[in-house]
Amino acid sequence: MNAIAALSPYSSSMGKSNAERHTLSVLVDNEPGVLARVVGLFSGRGYNIESLTVAEIAHVERWSRITIVTTGSPEAIEQISHQLERIVPIHKVTDLTVRGRAIERELAMIKVRGKGENRLEALRLAEAFKAKVIDATLESFIFELTGAPDKIDDFVELMRPLGLAELARTGVAAIARGAEAV
Amino acid sequence: MSKQMTGAEMVIEALKDQGVDTIFGYPGGAVLPIYDALFQQNFVKHVLVRHEQGAAHAAEGYARSTGKVGVLLVTSGPGATNAVTGLTDALLDSIPLVCITGQVPTHLIGSDAFQECDTVGITRHCTKHNYLVRSIEDLPRILHEAFYVARSGRPGPVVIDLPKDVQFSSGVYSFQENIQHRTYQPRLKGEASLVRQAVEMMAAAKKPVFYTGGGVINSGPAASELLRELVALTNFPITSTLMGLGAYPASSPNWLGMLGMHGTFEANHTMHDCDLMIAVGSRFDDRITGRLDAFAPYCKKIHIDIDPSSINKNVKVDLGIVGDCGHVLEDMIALWRSGEKKSDEIALGEWWDQIDEWRARKSLAYQNSKDVIKPQYAVQRLYELTKDRNTYITTEVGQHQMWAAQFYHFEEPNRWMTSGGLGTMGYGLPAAIGVQMAHPDALVIDIAGEASILMNMQEMTTAKQYRLPVKIFILNNEYMGMVRQWQELLHGARYSSSYSEALPDFVKLAEAYGGKGIRCSDPEMLDAAIMEMIDYPGPVIFDCVVAKEENCFPMIPSGKAHNEMILLDLSDDAGLEIGSIIDEKGKMLV
Ligand SMILES: Cc1ncc(C[n+]2csc(CCOP(=O)(O)OP(=O)(O)O)c2C)c(N)n1
Ligand SMILES: [Mg+2]
Repeated sequence: MNAIAALSPYSSSMGKSNAERHTLSVLVDNEPGVLARVVGLFSGRGYNIESLTVAEIAHVERWSRITIVTTGSPEAIEQISHQLERIVPIHKVTDLTVRGRAIERELAMIKVRGKGENRLEALRLAEAFKAKVIDATLESFIFELTGAPDKIDDFVELMRPLGLAELARTGVAAIARGAEAV
Repeated sequence: MSKQMTGAEMVIEALKDQGVDTIFGYPGGAVLPIYDALFQQNFVKHVLVRHEQGAAHAAEGYARSTGKVGVLLVTSGPGATNAVTGLTDALLDSIPLVCITGQVPTHLIGSDAFQECDTVGITRHCTKHNYLVRSIEDLPRILHEAFYVARSGRPGPVVIDLPKDVQFSSGVYSFQENIQHRTYQPRLKGEASLVRQAVEMMAAAKKPVFYTGGGVINSGPAASELLRELVALTNFPITSTLMGLGAYPASSPNWLGMLGMHGTFEANHTMHDCDLMIAVGSRFDDRITGRLDAFAPYCKKIHIDIDPSSINKNVKVDLGIVGDCGHVLEDMIALWRSGEKKSDEIALGEWWDQIDEWRARKSLAYQNSKDVIKPQYAVQRLYELTKDRNTYITTEVGQHQMWAAQFYHFEEPNRWMTSGGLGTMGYGLPAAIGVQMAHPDALVIDIAGEASILMNMQEMTTAKQYRLPVKIFILNNEYMGMVRQWQELLHGARYSSSYSEALPDFVKLAEAYGGKGIRCSDPEMLDAAIMEMIDYPGPVIFDCVVAKEENCFPMIPSGKAHNEMILLDLSDDAGLEIGSIIDEKGKMLV
């Protein structure tokens, strides 16, 4: 028996010391206000949101999937899942990180401005990353890049010295590998 | 059965179908159609409160004392915002409420119309769930779903925001019992293997304790019965939170009294030293645990709760069982019996010897006086003179609330209504009104403080109008006593704004409201005065003038552990400087 009581998610200041990054997939009834409930839960209880995406996935049933990337200690993450489950219009919360083997993708549009060697270098790197050119002027490109968030981070960092002008990212969408549906 | 009717009529029809015969409310422009429908029927009785906060607390008192869903009806804008405190109170104490708010007509929503506010936005954080009804087709479903959500799982308040045009428009009403909700289906049965494990742990325990909470009361009277049975079978000691009082009879020898910040010495020490804690429908609130990293350090913990998020929230437990306490207790009893389990009698005997030593400290003892009424004495006398009657107790918030919890003893559930989680001053009188509406022949007493009672004093008018003979028993110490106590402990006895200056004459005030006023300041006269209060057939304000600077002990100072409680004798004798008990870190806590 332990002489020091195990700490809870709240007593370890939301587990900042042993924080992990988790991706939660949340199936909700697409009724008005459901996103506000989810976002309000995170702000009201002091949880982190690194990324949040939402879109309807079944028109007839009116289901949406919200994908949330959050950080916290394992206890905090478990608490977040349970708090989400208390929201009445939520069908199901799946922690894709715990489940393992999830695929994460994000889409980014990156505007790069430059001339001469910088412009060529940007184009070469875009090819290497399999980014598409979706708009071009004589002094700019807009690249479209889909991939895991790290890959997009890497590409953006490379573009920075070459004239990164503007960036738009969708946030993470994620799904579990394999035949099974979560 | 389906019928054509207006939205306003649907509201009444749904109330009937849900078996609601009493609602609390206050009219206004955005709910006039519903008030008109109320006027034209006789099934649902409407109680006109004098402030919407009162409606919410009255509905809470009604719900808490009956086990039914409490209902309130308020108008848009200020009507809704005034109800917010009561909704939050119900959320924190898990009280089932349905609150119907009027809203401006749908085409005006978002235009900053007269008495428009974003009710679903404002109440999103203080309800279990809420709805804005956009069309008449949705209304019947939402009305019944609201009751289902309010009462199922961990109960709580639900708001239905109903625009005025929807109240006027006409549609088809239908009602099916036993709705199957699309997403919300709380788990009632505990998982069998976990229940079995719990029973094994109990049979092996040498120093066990039951720590029970409001969840047992929410589960219904059967859960309280089962709790008694399991305690009798095991002979384990039992303590409870403020919200759980009454689920287990205070007269039983196994009862340790309330635990926590103002709990008994024996309850807190039993919690600290136990080797097995069985938490049933309680949530490890900070008033209960004290310093978390020193909370019950030597034990395994079992936690039974219907809300999965309560388990491992504040305290990590060894075995969490998600389920309704009634169901889980029933399964535990069955397993205990069929497995012919026995408690470790020798170990338990030693454990009880230890507990008796803690009991011998008599932590609730206080210095009585012949000259002045001690607040503890006042509650003791009130208890002795009312315990054999059909009595319900509500409270306000402060020292008097803690003294009521310590010195008024409950034998049954649903007899004790207090604001635990939110600690809302002004709760007690409207709650008493709600209780009295549900139990017209009972003796309903609000144990109050002179500061708290002024927060919803206007509800005396409601009591008068509906001939509700509620008794307001004010422990008048002329201080916001709990604030004063903390200032004494933490802030060098600088009593900043905690003196109750310019108090009204409560006897005259009672008379002005059409009730009876009684004042007593002499311990010798107290019994007779209390009897006079009890015998009066209408509302009474009893101004019980008590010792002004009495502190509420025992107490776990903020930031301290259960075994670091301070007792009255420690603080008075031992030369302990009262202002130095709480350290700098403790001062940061609330
Ligand atoms: C609405 C609200 N405001 C402020 C507080 C903070 N508070 C807690 S106890 C208390 C004093 C209560 O005084 P009184 O009603 O006289 O009770 P006593 O402690 O003297 O018994 C105050 C101000 C509260 N709990 N609720
Ligand atoms: Mg006072």
